[in-house]
Amino acid sequence: MPLTVTVSFSLNGTKVTSAVDVTESALDLLRRNFDLAGAKLACGEGECGACTVIVDGRSRNSCLMPAPDIDGRTVLTVEGLWTEQGIDPVQQAFIDEGAVQCGFCTPGMIMQARYLIDRNPNMSEEQIARGIEGNICRCTGYKKIIAAVAAASEGSTS
Amino acid sequence: MLPQNKRPAGIDEYVNATSLAMALEALADGNGTPLAGGSDLWLQKDSGNDRIRPRLVNINRVAELHGISQVGQRIRIGALVSVSEILESALLKDAVPLLPATADRFASIQIRNAATIGGNIANASPAADMVLPLIALDAAVKISSWAGKEVDRKIPLTDFFTGPGMTRLERNELITAIEFETPAAGFHAVFCKSGPRPALEISLVAMCLAGTPQNGTLRNPRICFGAVGPTPIRCRSTEKLIDLRPIDDSLIAKALATMQSEISPIDDIRASKWYRAQVARTYLEQELMACRSL
Ligand SMILES: Cc1cc2nc3c(=O)[nH]c(=O)nc-3n(C[C@H](O)[C@H](O)[C@H](O)COP(=O)(O)OP(=O)(O)OC[C@H]3O[C@@H](n4cnc5c(N)ncnc54)[C@H](O)[C@@H]3O)c2cc1C
Ligand code: FES
Ligand code: FES
Repeated sequence: MPLTVTVSFSLNGTKVTSAVDVTESALDLLRRNFDLAGAKLACGEGECGACTVIVDGRSRNSCLMPAPDIDGRTVLTVEGLWTEQGIDPVQQAFIDEGAVQCGFCTPGMIMQARYLIDRNPNMSEEQIARGIEGNICRCTGYKKIIAAVAAASEGSTS
Repeated sequence: MLPQNKRPAGIDEYVNATSLAMALEALADGNGTPLAGGSDLWLQKDSGNDRIRPRLVNINRVAELHGISQVGQRIRIGALVSVSEILESALLKDAVPLLPATADRFASIQIRNAATIGGNIANASPAADMVLPLIALDAAVKISSWAGKEVDRKIPLTDFFTGPGMTRLERNELITAIEFETPAAGFHAVFCKSGPRPALEISLVAMCLAGTPQNGTLRNPRICFGAVGPTPIRCRSTEKLIDLRPIDDSLIAKALATMQSEISPIDDIRASKWYRAQVARTYLEQELMACRSL
Protein backbone atom coordinates (compact mmCIF):
# COMPACT_ATOMS: atom_id res chain seq x y z
CA MET A 1 0.00 0.00 0.00
CA PRO A 2 1.41 3.39 -0.92
CA LEU A 3 1.79 5.80 1.97
CA THR A 4 -0.94 8.44 2.13
CA VAL A 5 -0.88 11.82 3.83
CA THR A 6 -3.53 14.48 4.32
CA VAL A 7 -3.16 17.88 2.69
CA SER A 8 -5.21 21.03 3.31
CA PHE A 9 -4.91 23.91 0.91
CA SER A 10 -6.76 26.70 -0.82
CA LEU A 11 -8.11 25.59 -4.20
CA ASN A 12 -9.56 28.32 -6.41
CA GLY A 13 -10.51 30.29 -3.33
CA THR A 14 -12.00 27.43 -1.31
CA LYS A 15 -10.34 25.62 1.61
CA VAL A 16 -10.12 21.91 0.83
CA THR A 17 -8.66 18.80 2.46
CA SER A 18 -7.74 15.56 0.77
CA ALA A 19 -5.78 12.36 1.26
CA VAL A 20 -2.95 11.88 -1.26
CA ASP A 21 -0.49 9.16 -2.04
CA VAL A 22 2.96 10.65 -1.21
CA THR A 23 4.32 9.72 -4.63
CA GLU A 24 1.52 11.43 -6.55
CA SER A 25 1.82 14.72 -8.40
CA ALA A 26 -0.29 17.80 -7.77
CA LEU A 27 -1.77 17.17 -11.23
CA ASP A 28 -2.98 13.69 -10.20
CA LEU A 29 -4.51 15.23 -7.10
CA LEU A 30 -6.35 18.00 -8.95
CA ARG A 31 -7.69 15.78 -11.70
CA ARG A 32 -8.52 12.68 -9.69
CA ASN A 33 -9.60 13.98 -6.30
CA PHE A 34 -11.19 17.26 -7.37
CA ASP A 35 -12.40 16.47 -10.91
CA LEU A 36 -10.59 19.52 -12.25
CA ALA A 37 -9.76 18.38 -15.76
CA GLY A 38 -8.46 21.75 -17.02
CA ALA A 39 -4.80 21.08 -16.33
CA LYS A 40 -3.71 18.29 -18.67
CA LEU A 41 -1.21 15.45 -18.49
CA ALA A 42 0.73 15.50 -21.75
CA CYS A 43 4.48 14.94 -21.35
CA GLY A 44 4.58 14.43 -17.58
CA GLU A 45 8.18 15.67 -17.69
CA GLY A 46 8.03 19.44 -17.30
CA GLU A 47 8.57 20.08 -21.02
CA CYS A 48 5.15 21.08 -22.38
CA GLY A 49 3.30 23.23 -19.83
CA ALA A 50 -0.13 21.62 -20.45
CA CYS A 51 -0.34 21.04 -16.68
CA THR A 52 0.49 24.65 -15.67
CA VAL A 53 -1.27 25.97 -12.55
CA ILE A 54 -0.44 28.88 -10.25
CA VAL A 55 0.80 27.93 -6.78
CA ASP A 56 1.41 30.68 -4.22
CA GLY A 57 1.53 33.18 -7.07
CA ARG A 58 4.06 31.22 -9.14
CA SER A 59 3.31 29.21 -12.28
CA ARG A 60 4.31 25.58 -11.89
CA ASN A 61 4.25 22.37 -13.88
CA SER A 62 1.77 20.48 -11.70
CA CYS A 63 2.93 17.17 -13.22
CA LEU A 64 6.28 17.60 -11.45
CA MET A 65 4.95 19.13 -8.27
CA PRO A 66 4.82 16.59 -5.44
CA ALA A 67 1.23 16.31 -4.18
CA PRO A 68 2.19 16.26 -0.47
CA ASP A 69 3.93 19.63 -0.93
CA ILE A 70 0.60 21.26 -1.75
CA ASP A 71 -0.29 21.35 1.94
CA GLY A 72 -0.92 24.92 3.13
CA ARG A 73 -0.52 26.44 -0.32
CA THR A 74 -2.84 28.49 -2.52
CA VAL A 75 -3.61 26.90 -5.88
CA LEU A 76 -5.28 28.54 -8.85
CA THR A 77 -6.33 26.42 -11.84
CA VAL A 78 -8.01 27.50 -15.07
CA GLU A 79 -11.38 26.63 -13.51
CA GLY A 80 -10.71 29.27 -10.83
CA LEU A 81 -10.38 32.13 -13.34
CA TRP A 82 -14.14 32.39 -13.67
CA THR A 83 -15.74 35.13 -11.53
CA GLU A 84 -19.22 36.64 -11.17
CA GLN A 85 -18.27 38.91 -14.08
CA GLY A 86 -17.71 35.88 -16.29
CA ILE A 87 -14.57 34.45 -17.83
CA ASP A 88 -11.14 36.00 -17.43
CA PRO A 89 -9.99 38.65 -19.96
CA VAL A 90 -7.15 36.30 -20.96
CA GLN A 91 -9.68 33.60 -21.83
CA GLN A 92 -11.75 36.13 -23.78
CA ALA A 93 -8.65 37.26 -25.68
CA PHE A 94 -7.85 33.65 -26.65
CA ILE A 95 -11.39 33.34 -28.05
CA ASP A 96 -11.30 36.71 -29.83
CA GLU A 97 -7.91 36.08 -31.44
CA GLY A 98 -8.70 32.49 -32.44
CA ALA A 99 -5.79 31.24 -30.36
CA VAL A 100 -7.42 27.89 -29.67
CA GLN A 101 -7.54 24.92 -32.03
CA CYS A 102 -7.61 21.47 -30.42
CA GLY A 103 -7.48 23.18 -27.03
CA PHE A 104 -5.20 20.71 -25.30
CA CYS A 105 -2.48 23.26 -24.55
CA THR A 106 -4.98 26.04 -23.83
CA PRO A 107 -5.60 25.78 -20.06
CA GLY A 108 -1.84 25.67 -19.39
CA MET A 109 -1.18 28.42 -21.89
CA ILE A 110 -3.87 30.64 -20.32
CA MET A 111 -2.53 30.10 -16.79
CA GLN A 112 1.00 30.96 -17.94
CA ALA A 113 -0.36 34.03 -19.78
CA ARG A 114 -2.23 35.11 -16.63
CA TYR A 115 1.00 34.72 -14.62
CA LEU A 116 3.04 36.72 -17.14
CA ILE A 117 0.54 39.57 -17.40
CA ASP A 118 0.19 39.81 -13.61
CA ARG A 119 3.96 40.27 -13.35
CA ASN A 120 4.43 42.55 -16.34
CA PRO A 121 1.47 44.01 -18.24
CA ASN A 122 3.80 45.73 -20.72
CA MET A 123 5.59 42.82 -22.39
CA SER A 124 7.18 43.04 -25.82
CA GLU A 125 6.34 40.32 -28.33
CA GLU A 126 9.76 38.81 -27.64
CA GLN A 127 9.08 38.79 -23.90
CA ILE A 128 5.74 37.05 -24.47
CA ALA A 129 7.39 34.46 -26.72
CA ARG A 130 10.09 33.77 -24.16
CA GLY A 131 7.50 33.74 -21.38
CA ILE A 132 5.61 30.87 -22.99
CA GLU A 133 8.76 28.93 -23.83
CA GLY A 134 7.64 26.21 -21.44
CA ASN A 135 4.25 25.79 -23.18
CA ILE A 136 4.09 23.70 -26.32
CA CYS A 137 1.25 24.04 -28.82
CA ARG A 138 1.11 21.56 -31.70
CA CYS A 139 -1.70 23.33 -33.55
CA THR A 140 -1.63 27.10 -33.72
CA GLY A 141 1.93 28.03 -34.62
CA TYR A 142 1.96 30.43 -31.62
CA LYS A 143 1.28 33.62 -33.59
CA LYS A 144 -2.34 33.88 -32.45
CA ILE A 145 -1.44 32.88 -28.92
CA ILE A 146 1.12 35.68 -28.73
CA ALA A 147 -1.45 38.07 -30.19
CA ALA A 148 -3.99 36.98 -27.58
CA VAL A 149 -1.55 37.52 -24.71
CA ALA A 150 -0.65 40.94 -26.12
CA ALA A 151 -4.35 41.87 -26.45
CA ALA A 152 -5.10 40.71 -22.91
CA SER A 153 -2.17 42.73 -21.55
CA GLU A 154 -3.34 45.80 -23.37
CA GLY A 155 -6.79 45.32 -21.90
CA SER A 156 -5.30 45.04 -18.43
CA THR A 157 -3.41 48.35 -18.65
CA SER A 158 -6.14 50.48 -20.28
CA MET B 1 -0.68 4.94 -14.96
CA LEU B 2 3.00 3.96 -14.76
CA PRO B 3 4.60 2.26 -17.75
CA GLN B 4 5.49 -1.42 -17.17
CA ASN B 5 9.22 -0.88 -16.80
CA LYS B 6 8.81 1.60 -13.99
CA ARG B 7 8.17 0.91 -10.35
CA PRO B 8 6.96 3.52 -7.92
CA ALA B 9 9.39 4.74 -5.31
CA GLY B 10 9.08 2.84 -2.04
CA ILE B 11 8.47 5.65 0.39
CA ASP B 12 7.16 4.52 3.76
CA GLU B 13 7.56 7.67 5.81
CA TYR B 14 6.96 11.36 5.09
CA VAL B 15 8.33 14.24 7.17
CA ASN B 16 7.19 17.79 6.46
CA ALA B 17 10.04 19.60 8.21
CA THR B 18 9.32 23.03 9.64
CA SER B 19 12.78 23.80 11.06
CA LEU B 20 16.35 23.01 10.12
CA ALA B 21 16.78 20.87 13.23
CA MET B 22 13.69 18.84 12.30
CA ALA B 23 14.98 18.29 8.74
CA LEU B 24 18.46 17.30 9.91
CA GLU B 25 17.10 14.88 12.51
CA ALA B 26 14.92 13.24 9.88
CA LEU B 27 18.00 12.73 7.69
CA ALA B 28 20.33 11.67 10.53
CA ASP B 29 20.11 7.88 10.01
CA GLY B 30 20.90 8.13 6.30
CA ASN B 31 17.50 6.77 5.23
CA GLY B 32 15.99 10.09 4.18
CA THR B 33 15.79 11.95 0.88
CA PRO B 34 15.42 15.73 0.92
CA LEU B 35 12.63 17.08 -1.28
CA ALA B 36 13.00 20.65 -2.60
CA GLY B 37 11.29 21.78 -5.83
CA GLY B 38 10.94 18.21 -7.08
CA SER B 39 11.84 19.07 -10.69
CA ASP B 40 14.55 16.40 -10.71
CA LEU B 41 13.26 14.11 -7.98
CA TRP B 42 9.69 13.72 -9.27
CA LEU B 43 11.04 12.77 -12.69
CA GLN B 44 13.39 10.19 -11.19
CA LYS B 45 11.08 8.75 -8.57
CA ASP B 46 9.49 6.09 -10.75
CA SER B 47 12.59 5.08 -12.64
CA GLY B 48 13.47 2.30 -10.25
CA ASN B 49 16.78 3.76 -9.14
CA ASP B 50 17.54 3.98 -5.45
CA ARG B 51 17.68 7.74 -5.44
CA ILE B 52 14.59 7.98 -3.23
CA ARG B 53 15.15 6.45 0.19
CA PRO B 54 12.30 5.22 2.41
CA ARG B 55 11.80 8.52 4.25
CA LEU B 56 10.83 11.56 2.16
CA VAL B 57 11.92 14.73 3.97
CA ASN B 58 10.17 17.82 2.59
CA ILE B 59 12.44 20.79 3.33
CA ASN B 60 10.33 23.48 1.63
CA ARG B 61 8.99 24.92 4.90
CA VAL B 62 12.41 25.32 6.56
CA ALA B 63 12.76 29.10 6.87
CA GLU B 64 16.53 28.91 7.47
CA LEU B 65 17.05 27.62 3.92
CA HIS B 66 15.33 30.54 2.18
CA GLY B 67 16.58 33.97 1.20
CA ILE B 68 19.48 35.79 -0.43
CA SER B 69 21.56 38.01 1.84
CA GLN B 70 24.80 39.93 1.99
CA VAL B 71 27.00 40.38 5.03
CA GLY B 72 29.99 42.59 4.32
CA GLN B 73 31.39 41.34 1.02
CA ARG B 74 29.96 37.83 1.43
CA ILE B 75 26.78 36.80 -0.37
CA ARG B 76 24.73 33.86 0.86
CA ILE B 77 22.08 32.14 -1.23
CA GLY B 78 19.89 29.76 0.78
CA ALA B 79 19.57 26.23 -0.63
CA LEU B 80 15.83 26.71 -1.31
CA VAL B 81 16.23 29.89 -3.34
CA SER B 82 14.63 29.21 -6.73
CA VAL B 83 16.20 29.97 -10.09
CA SER B 84 13.41 32.55 -10.58
CA GLU B 85 14.36 34.30 -7.36
CA ILE B 86 17.97 34.44 -8.58
CA LEU B 87 16.80 35.90 -11.89
CA GLU B 88 14.68 38.54 -10.13
CA SER B 89 17.05 39.43 -7.28
CA ALA B 90 17.97 43.13 -7.23
CA LEU B 91 20.94 42.37 -4.97
CA LEU B 92 22.37 39.84 -7.44
CA LYS B 93 21.59 41.95 -10.51
CA ASP B 94 23.71 44.64 -8.96
CA ALA B 95 26.52 42.62 -7.35
CA VAL B 96 26.86 39.56 -9.63
CA PRO B 97 24.87 39.96 -12.87
CA LEU B 98 26.43 36.66 -14.01
CA LEU B 99 23.99 34.72 -11.83
CA PRO B 100 20.73 36.28 -13.13
CA ALA B 101 22.15 36.01 -16.67
CA THR B 102 22.69 32.28 -16.19
CA ALA B 103 19.24 31.89 -14.62
CA ASP B 104 17.75 33.49 -17.74
CA ARG B 105 19.10 30.56 -19.79
CA PHE B 106 17.70 27.96 -17.42
CA ALA B 107 14.70 25.85 -18.51
CA SER B 108 11.27 27.55 -18.65
CA ILE B 109 9.63 29.95 -16.22
CA GLN B 110 7.55 27.12 -14.73
CA ILE B 111 10.66 25.03 -14.07
CA ARG B 112 12.60 28.06 -12.79
CA ASN B 113 9.77 28.68 -10.31
CA ALA B 114 10.27 25.15 -8.94
CA ALA B 115 14.01 24.54 -9.35
CA THR B 116 16.14 25.40 -6.33
CA ILE B 117 19.85 26.14 -6.25
CA GLY B 118 20.39 23.43 -3.62
CA GLY B 119 18.63 20.87 -5.83
CA ASN B 120 20.65 21.88 -8.88
CA ILE B 121 23.88 21.31 -6.95
CA ALA B 122 22.83 18.15 -5.06
CA ASN B 123 21.42 16.47 -8.16
CA ALA B 124 24.97 16.67 -9.57
CA SER B 125 24.12 16.50 -13.25
CA PRO B 126 27.23 17.14 -15.39
CA ALA B 127 24.97 19.61 -17.24
CA ALA B 128 23.76 21.58 -14.19
CA ASP B 129 23.80 25.19 -15.34
CA MET B 130 23.84 27.20 -12.10
CA VAL B 131 26.90 25.30 -10.91
CA LEU B 132 29.25 26.79 -13.52
CA PRO B 133 29.03 30.48 -12.54
CA LEU B 134 29.17 29.49 -8.87
CA ILE B 135 32.41 27.56 -9.46
CA ALA B 136 33.75 30.61 -11.30
CA LEU B 137 32.89 32.69 -8.22
CA ASP B 138 34.87 30.27 -5.98
CA ALA B 139 31.67 29.53 -4.08
CA ALA B 140 31.55 27.26 -1.04
CA VAL B 141 28.75 24.79 -0.27
CA LYS B 142 27.47 25.00 3.30
CA ILE B 143 26.43 21.62 4.63
CA SER B 144 24.76 20.58 7.89
CA SER B 145 24.00 17.32 9.64
CA TRP B 146 22.73 16.20 13.05
CA ALA B 147 24.71 14.57 15.87
CA GLY B 148 22.66 15.47 18.92
CA LYS B 149 23.02 19.02 17.66
CA GLU B 150 23.59 20.79 14.35
CA VAL B 151 27.04 20.15 12.86
CA ASP B 152 28.20 22.40 10.01
CA ARG B 153 30.91 22.14 7.41
CA LYS B 154 31.88 23.84 4.18
CA ILE B 155 33.33 22.48 0.90
CA PRO B 156 34.54 24.46 -2.12
CA LEU B 157 31.98 23.82 -4.89
CA THR B 158 34.88 22.93 -7.25
CA ASP B 159 35.66 19.88 -5.08
CA PHE B 160 32.05 18.89 -4.45
CA PHE B 161 31.35 16.62 -7.44
CA THR B 162 32.81 13.13 -7.81
CA GLY B 163 30.87 11.74 -10.80
CA PRO B 164 27.51 11.91 -12.59
CA GLY B 165 24.94 12.19 -9.79
CA MET B 166 27.70 11.74 -7.21
CA THR B 167 29.01 14.21 -4.66
CA ARG B 168 30.90 14.44 -1.39
CA LEU B 169 27.59 14.91 0.42
CA GLU B 170 26.98 12.14 2.99
CA ARG B 171 23.55 10.50 3.18
CA ASN B 172 22.76 12.29 6.45
CA GLU B 173 23.75 15.73 5.18
CA LEU B 174 21.79 18.66 3.83
CA ILE B 175 23.04 21.58 1.74
CA THR B 176 21.92 24.70 3.60
CA ALA B 177 23.39 27.48 1.46
CA ILE B 178 25.96 28.54 -1.06
CA GLU B 179 28.36 31.39 -0.26
CA PHE B 180 30.86 33.50 -2.16
CA GLU B 181 32.65 36.84 -2.06
CA THR B 182 31.18 39.70 -4.09
CA PRO B 183 33.46 40.02 -7.11
CA ALA B 184 35.66 43.13 -7.10
CA ALA B 185 35.14 45.95 -9.57
CA GLY B 186 36.36 45.03 -13.06
CA PHE B 187 35.29 41.39 -12.78
CA HIS B 188 34.13 40.12 -16.15
CA ALA B 189 32.12 36.94 -16.62
CA VAL B 190 30.06 35.27 -19.33
CA PHE B 191 27.86 32.19 -19.48
CA CYS B 192 27.38 30.40 -22.81
CA LYS B 193 24.96 27.53 -23.37
CA SER B 194 24.24 25.62 -26.54
CA GLY B 195 20.92 24.36 -27.73
CA PRO B 196 18.49 25.27 -30.51
CA ARG B 197 16.19 27.15 -28.13
CA PRO B 198 17.26 30.04 -25.85
CA ALA B 199 16.65 28.23 -22.60
CA LEU B 200 14.39 25.16 -22.24
CA GLU B 201 17.16 22.81 -23.13
CA ILE B 202 19.49 20.55 -21.21
CA SER B 203 22.90 22.00 -22.06
CA LEU B 204 24.77 20.18 -24.83
CA VAL B 205 27.75 22.26 -23.81
CA ALA B 206 27.83 25.14 -21.35
CA MET B 207 30.76 27.33 -20.41
CA CYS B 208 31.45 30.03 -17.90
CA LEU B 209 34.51 32.21 -18.40
CA ALA B 210 35.42 34.77 -15.77
CA GLY B 211 38.32 36.91 -14.63
CA THR B 212 39.58 40.47 -14.52
CA PRO B 213 40.63 41.90 -17.88
CA GLN B 214 43.79 44.01 -17.63
CA ASN B 215 45.72 45.47 -20.60
CA GLY B 216 44.88 42.68 -23.03
CA THR B 217 45.27 39.95 -20.40
CA LEU B 218 42.84 38.14 -18.13
CA ARG B 219 43.89 38.09 -14.49
CA ASN B 220 42.88 35.22 -12.20
CA PRO B 221 40.82 33.49 -14.92
CA ARG B 222 38.18 30.84 -14.31
CA ILE B 223 37.14 28.47 -17.07
CA CYS B 224 34.37 25.99 -16.30
CA PHE B 225 32.52 23.65 -18.65
CA GLY B 226 29.29 21.72 -18.26
CA ALA B 227 28.17 18.56 -20.11
CA VAL B 228 31.64 17.70 -21.44
CA GLY B 229 32.69 15.29 -18.69
CA PRO B 230 31.33 13.23 -15.78
CA THR B 231 31.09 16.34 -13.57
CA PRO B 232 31.16 20.07 -14.22
CA ILE B 233 34.81 20.64 -15.20
CA ARG B 234 37.13 23.40 -14.17
CA CYS B 235 40.05 23.75 -16.62
CA ARG B 236 42.80 24.59 -14.16
CA SER B 237 45.72 24.04 -16.55
CA THR B 238 44.14 26.31 -19.14
CA GLU B 239 43.49 28.92 -16.45
CA LYS B 240 47.14 28.76 -15.38
CA LEU B 241 48.34 28.97 -18.96
CA ILE B 242 46.47 32.18 -19.78
CA ASP B 243 46.74 33.97 -16.42
CA LEU B 244 48.16 37.45 -17.03
CA ARG B 245 49.51 36.55 -20.50
CA PRO B 246 48.62 38.73 -23.49
CA ILE B 247 45.65 37.08 -25.22
CA ASP B 248 47.15 36.86 -28.72
CA ASP B 249 46.43 34.25 -31.40
CA SER B 250 49.19 31.96 -30.24
CA LEU B 251 47.97 32.01 -26.62
CA ILE B 252 44.42 31.28 -27.77
CA ALA B 253 45.65 28.32 -29.84
CA LYS B 254 47.54 26.94 -26.84
CA ALA B 255 44.56 27.55 -24.57
CA LEU B 256 42.24 25.62 -26.90
CA ALA B 257 44.63 22.67 -27.05
CA THR B 258 45.07 22.60 -23.28
CA MET B 259 41.32 22.91 -22.67
CA GLN B 260 40.73 20.02 -25.08
CA SER B 261 42.95 17.79 -22.93
CA GLU B 262 41.05 18.76 -19.78
CA ILE B 263 37.53 17.95 -20.98
CA SER B 264 36.21 14.48 -21.82
CA PRO B 265 33.01 14.80 -23.85
CA ILE B 266 31.09 11.66 -24.77
CA ASP B 267 28.58 10.61 -27.44
CA ASP B 268 25.01 10.40 -26.18
CA ILE B 269 21.46 10.88 -27.42
CA ARG B 270 21.75 14.67 -27.24
CA ALA B 271 25.01 15.24 -29.15
CA SER B 272 28.18 13.58 -30.38
CA LYS B 273 31.57 13.80 -28.74
CA TRP B 274 32.91 15.55 -31.83
CA TYR B 275 30.17 18.17 -31.79
CA ARG B 276 30.62 18.88 -28.09
CA ALA B 277 34.37 19.34 -28.49
CA GLN B 278 33.82 21.75 -31.40
CA VAL B 279 31.31 23.84 -29.44
CA ALA B 280 33.63 23.94 -26.41
CA ARG B 281 36.45 25.22 -28.64
CA THR B 282 34.21 27.78 -30.28
CA TYR B 283 32.96 29.15 -26.95
CA LEU B 284 36.42 29.49 -25.46
CA GLU B 285 37.91 31.02 -28.59
CA GLN B 286 35.06 33.49 -29.02
CA GLU B 287 35.08 34.60 -25.37
CA LEU B 288 38.88 34.92 -25.15
CA MET B 289 38.84 37.05 -28.30
CA ALA B 290 36.13 39.19 -26.74
CA CYS B 291 38.37 39.75 -23.69
CA ARG B 292 41.01 41.42 -25.84
CA SER B 293 38.86 44.46 -26.40
CA LEU B 294 37.75 44.86 -22.79
C1 LIG C 1 11.90 20.30 -18.23
C2 LIG C 1 13.14 20.47 -17.39
C3 LIG C 1 14.11 21.37 -17.79
C4 LIG C 1 15.26 21.55 -17.03
N1 LIG C 1 16.19 22.44 -17.46
C5 LIG C 1 17.33 22.61 -16.76
C6 LIG C 1 18.31 23.54 -17.21
O1 LIG C 1 18.14 24.25 -18.20
N2 LIG C 1 19.47 23.64 -16.50
C7 LIG C 1 19.69 22.88 -15.39
O2 LIG C 1 20.75 23.02 -14.79
N3 LIG C 1 18.76 22.02 -14.91
C8 LIG C 1 17.60 21.86 -15.58
N4 LIG C 1 16.65 20.96 -15.12
C9 LIG C 1 16.91 20.17 -13.91
C10 LIG C 1 16.32 20.69 -12.59
O3 LIG C 1 15.25 21.57 -12.81
C11 LIG C 1 17.37 21.39 -11.72
O4 LIG C 1 18.46 20.53 -11.46
C12 LIG C 1 16.81 21.94 -10.40
O5 LIG C 1 17.67 22.94 -9.91
C13 LIG C 1 16.61 20.90 -9.31
O6 LIG C 1 16.12 21.56 -8.14
P1 LIG C 1 14.84 21.05 -7.33
O7 LIG C 1 14.65 21.98 -6.21
O8 LIG C 1 13.71 20.85 -8.25
O9 LIG C 1 15.41 19.65 -6.81
P2 LIG C 1 14.67 18.33 -6.33
O10 LIG C 1 14.11 17.63 -7.51
O11 LIG C 1 13.77 18.60 -5.19
O12 LIG C 1 15.95 17.55 -5.79
C14 LIG C 1 16.99 17.12 -6.66
C15 LIG C 1 17.98 16.26 -5.87
O13 LIG C 1 18.69 17.05 -4.94
C16 LIG C 1 18.44 16.62 -3.60
N5 LIG C 1 18.34 17.86 -2.81
C17 LIG C 1 17.52 18.91 -3.05
N6 LIG C 1 17.78 19.92 -2.19
C18 LIG C 1 18.81 19.50 -1.40
C19 LIG C 1 19.54 20.09 -0.32
N7 LIG C 1 19.28 21.34 0.11
N8 LIG C 1 20.53 19.37 0.26
C20 LIG C 1 20.81 18.11 -0.18
N9 LIG C 1 20.15 17.50 -1.17
C21 LIG C 1 19.16 18.19 -1.79
C22 LIG C 1 17.19 15.79 -3.66
O14 LIG C 1 17.15 14.83 -2.65
C23 LIG C 1 17.31 15.18 -5.05
O15 LIG C 1 18.16 14.07 -5.03
C24 LIG C 1 15.46 20.80 -15.85
C25 LIG C 1 14.46 19.90 -15.43
C26 LIG C 1 13.30 19.74 -16.17
C27 LIG C 1 12.26 18.79 -15.70
S1 FES D 1 2.42 17.54 -18.57
FE1 FES D 1 3.46 18.75 -17.17
S2 FES D 1 4.83 19.84 -18.41
FE2 FES D 1 3.95 18.43 -19.80
S1 FES E 1 -4.37 24.30 -29.68
FE1 FES E 1 -3.84 22.24 -29.99
S2 FES E 1 -2.00 22.08 -28.86
FE2 FES E 1 -2.38 24.15 -28.78
